[in-house]
Amino acid sequence: MTAELTRGQNHPLPGARLEIRVSAGTPVVAGATLGDENGTVHGVEGVAHPGAPTLPGLEVSRQAAADHRLAVDLDAMPDTVHRVSVLLALPAGGSGPARFGAVAAPFVAVTGLDGDEVASYTLTGLEAESAVVALELYRRQGAWKVRAVGQGYAGGLAELFADQKLSQAHQLAGSIHEAVASGLARSIPAPPAAAPAHRPDHGATPRTGPGGTGGPVAPTSPYDSQGAPGPGPQTPGAPGQHGAQQPYAGGPDGPIGPGEEPATAGQPSAPAGGRPIDYSHPRRQTAAPPPPPPAAPPAAPGQPARPVAGDATGWSMEERLYNQVWGMFEDLARTTAAYRSAVDFADSRMEKELDQALSDPRNRIGGQGDAAREAARGRHAQLVSQAREVLDRDVAQLVAEAEVVEPALPAAFARWDNPVWHAYRVPMEIPMAVRLGDLHLPEADRVRVPMLIRLPLERGLWIDSGRSASLDGSFADSHEMRRLGLETAVAHAARLLAVYPAGEFTVHVIDPAGSGAQALAPLVQSGVLAAPPAQGAAGAADVLARLTQRVDLVQMALRGGAPDALPPGLDTSQQLLIVNDFPHGFDDRAVNQLRYLADEGPAVGVHLMMVADREESAGFGPLLDPLWRSLLRLTPVADDHLADPWVGHAWTYEPPLVPPGSQVLQQVLAQVAAARRSWGR
Amino acid sequence: MTVNMTKGQAISLQKSDGGSLTSVRMGLGWQAAPRRGLFGSRTREIDLDASAVLFADKQPVDVVFFRHLVSDDGSVRHTGDNLVGGVGQGGDDEAILVDLQRVPVHIDQIVFTVNSFTGQTFQEVQNAFCRLVDETNGQELARYTLAGGGAFTAQIMAKVNRAGQGWAMTAIGTPANGRTFQDLMPAILPVL
Repeated sequence: MTAELTRGQNHPLPGARLEIRVSAGTPVVAGATLGDENGTVHGVEGVAHPGAPTLPGLEVSRQAAADHRLAVDLDAMPDTVHRVSVLLALPAGGSGPARFGAVAAPFVAVTGLDGDEVASYTLTGLEAESAVVALELYRRQGAWKVRAVGQGYAGGLAELFADQKLSQAHQLAGSIHEAVASGLARSIPAPPAAAPAHRPDHGATPRTGPGGTGGPVAPTSPYDSQGAPGPGPQTPGAPGQHGAQQPYAGGPDGPIGPGEEPATAGQPSAPAGGRPIDYSHPRRQTAAPPPPPPAAPPAAPGQPARPVAGDATGWSMEERLYNQVWGMFEDLARTTAAYRSAVDFADSRMEKELDQALSDPRNRIGGQGDAAREAARGRHAQLVSQAREVLDRDVAQLVAEAEVVEPALPAAFARWDNPVWHAYRVPMEIPMAVRLGDLHLPEADRVRVPMLIRLPLERGLWIDSGRSASLDGSFADSHEMRRLGLETAVAHAARLLAVYPAGEFTVHVIDPAGSGAQALAPLVQSGVLAAPPAQGAAGAADVLARLTQRVDLVQMALRGGAPDALPPGLDTSQQLLIVNDFPHGFDDRAVNQLRYLADEGPAVGVHLMMVADREESAGFGPLLDPLWRSLLRLTPVADDHLADPWVGHAWTYEPPLVPPGSQVLQQVLAQVAAARRSWGR
Repeated sequence: MTVNMTKGQAISLQKSDGGSLTSVRMGLGWQAAPRRGLFGSRTREIDLDASAVLFADKQPVDVVFFRHLVSDDGSVRHTGDNLVGGVGQGGDDEAILVDLQRVPVHIDQIVFTVNSFTGQTFQEVQNAFCRLVDETNGQELARYTLAGGGAFTAQIMAKVNRAGQGWAMTAIGTPANGRTFQDLMPAILPVL
C-alpha cells in the first residue's frame, strides 16, 4: 500500500534496505546528505553526489538523468547519522531549464527491495528553485521514518548545502556541477523527445505530454510545448508576489492565462529560462481560462442584436455552442408557450362573449347581436394577430441565430449535410454531446433545433420501426418502416463511431434473420464493426452473453474499488449493441439478458440500440414494458413524441439522415476504420 | 429617485426620457430571526415568499412562485426560494424578474404578493421591505416597507399593468392572511 505523502507528512519505513526512485521529466542531479540530530552535515564526506557517488549505506548515480534509483541501507549508516536528506538539483549551465517551475513536478518514491512502493511524494509548487530537498529519512527513537520535505532553494545547491551548515557549500556545489557537466558531455546529448519519465504510480503523477500520446514534446519540459503562446513569459514582476516555497504557487489559486501573464514569472532570483513557461498546475492541464466568447457586434438602436455563434457561457467553443443550442431550444419552447397561451385565451374569451351575446334576450331583435358577435370575433382576431406578431419577431431572431450557429457546429453536433463532415478527422477527444436529430414545432416550422444528447449516453436508444401515423400523411408499410428504422440506426451508430476517438467505441450487431444486411452494409463493408453481425439464436445468445459478462466484470470491479483489476484484454471502450428484428431469435433467457443490459449497461458503458416494433414483442406481455420505458424512443420518420423539459410541448423529431446520393457516411466510416486499424483493434 | 409608495398610489413605468421599461425586478428582503443560544438550529426561521400572478382579463393564467420558478413563457422568473431571510440591510433575499417585453400579449396585469410561509405576522419580522427595481440600470423605482405592519401574514404588494404602449405600476399594500398565493386569490381579485 503506497502512502502518498503531502508536504511535511511522514511515514514509517518497514525495513532498512530501500530504494528511492526519482522521476523527473527532465535530467536532474540526485544526491543525498547525511546529517546528525540537528541536521548538520559535517564536511563534504557526508554528501553523496555524482562526483562521489558512494557512501557507507548509500549510493547515488553518477550523472544527471530523468530517472534515478538511489540505493539506501540504513543499517549500514554510521550511528552518528540521524538524517538522510535526498536532494534534487537541476544541472547548471547547458541548455536545460534552470528552475523547477519550468519543468514537470518531480516524483519521488521510496520502495522496498521487492519493488513495492512504501511512500511517494510529488513535489508540486516549485517555482524559481533550482535545488530541492525532496525527502528525508530520519531516525526517531531507534526507528527510521520518511518525511516529504519539498524544501526548495532558489540559490541552488550552494544555498541548500549552506542551509545544512556545510562549510564548504559553494565549493561542493561547484564540484558537483562540474562532475555532472563532464558526465553529461559523455552521455548522449539530449534525451529522446517524448520519452515520458517512468512513473510507477499513474494515478498520482502528472501525465507527461498532451494526453500522453507522445506528440513532439520538448525534451526538457513536457509542459512547454503546449499552451503559453503568450508573448511575455519573462516579464519581470513585482517581487515577493508569491512566496517561493508556497505550494501550488502557480496552480489552483486561479487559472492563469497567456493573456494575463502573472507576476510570478520574474522572481528576481529566478534565472531566465529560454522558453515560454506555462504556469498552470502540472496536474491540472485544462485550467487555462477559456478564450473569450465572440462578442456580438453592437446592435443598431431599436434592432435586436445580431446573433453570433458561440454566444453562451462555456469553457470551450464546443461547450458554448452546446449551451447556445439549449438556449435556443428553451427560448423557442417559451416563446411558443406564450403564443399558445395567448391564442387559447383569445379563443376562450371569444367563446364566452359569443355565449353572452347569444343568451342576452335583447340581442334577439335588431342587429345588436350580430354587432356583438362581430366585435367578439374582432377582438379575438386582434389578440391573435398581436400574439402572432410577437412570435414572428422571436422566431425571426431564432432563425437568424440558427443560421450562424448551424455552420459553426462541430461534427458531432452537425447535420450530415454540413461541410464539416467532409473535412472529418478522427477526433482525439470525446465530444460533449452528439446530435440525434432535429426538433421543431408546428408554429415555427423554420427553426430546426439540433437535438443534442450528452455523451456518454445515459439511456439506450429505441428506433421505433412500428407503424406510426407519420406526419406527412404518407403511410409507410411495415417492411419499409423496418428498412428505414435500420438505416436510421446505422446513421446513428456511424455518427457515434465517428465522434469517439479511435478504438473507444465498439459496435456489435445482432441481426438474427439476416434481414438487415443491406442497411447494415456501410458498417459491415467499412470494417468498423467488432465482428460481423451475429445471426441466428446462437449468435444472439453469444453476443449477449459476452456483453453481460462485461457488464458484470466492470460492475464488480467498480463496486470493489479495483477498476485496474480487470482482466487484461477486456475491451474498456464504450459498447453499443444494435439489435435488429427484435424479438426474432430471442428466447426468455436472451430477453432477460437484454433487459439486464438496458438497466445496468449504461452505467458501465454498454448501450443498447433496439430497432423494433413494440407490437411484435407483445407476446412477452408486460415483461418488456420497463425495457421500452428505459430507452429513448426515436423514429425513422418525423414524429411528434418528444417533450421539452420546460413547458412540455410535443416537439416534432426528425432523424438525421444522410442526404440522398451523398457518400459522406462511407467516407467517414472509411476513416474511422483506418484509424481503428492503426490503433490495433 | 426612489418613491416611497403609499397605499393605492400609482406610478407609471415610463422612463423620464420617454423610453419604456423593459425589465423590472421585484425584490423582497427581510431580516432573519435572531439566533437562539445553544440550539441555534431550533430558531424559528422566518420564511417569506414572493409570488407573481399573471392575469389575463382578470383570470389567473400563470403564476410564478417557489414551486414554479419560471412562467411557461419565460418572461417572469423567480430567483429561488430563501427560507430564512438575510441580514436585513436592504439586500433582496428573494427576487422576481419580469422581462416586460416578453410578457405574452394577453397578460395585462401581474400582481406581486408576499406571504409568510412559516406563519409569523409582519409584526414579528424585522426590516422587511419590498421594492421594484429597473433591472437595466439598477435604479430603485419604488419601495414599500412591510415591517411594523399589522397582524397579517400576507400582503398584496403591487401590480404592474399595461397602460397604453407601456406598463404602469400601482402600489396596493392590501394586507391579507394566507400561507401561499392561493389563499390570497379572494383578496387579489378586488384590486384588479
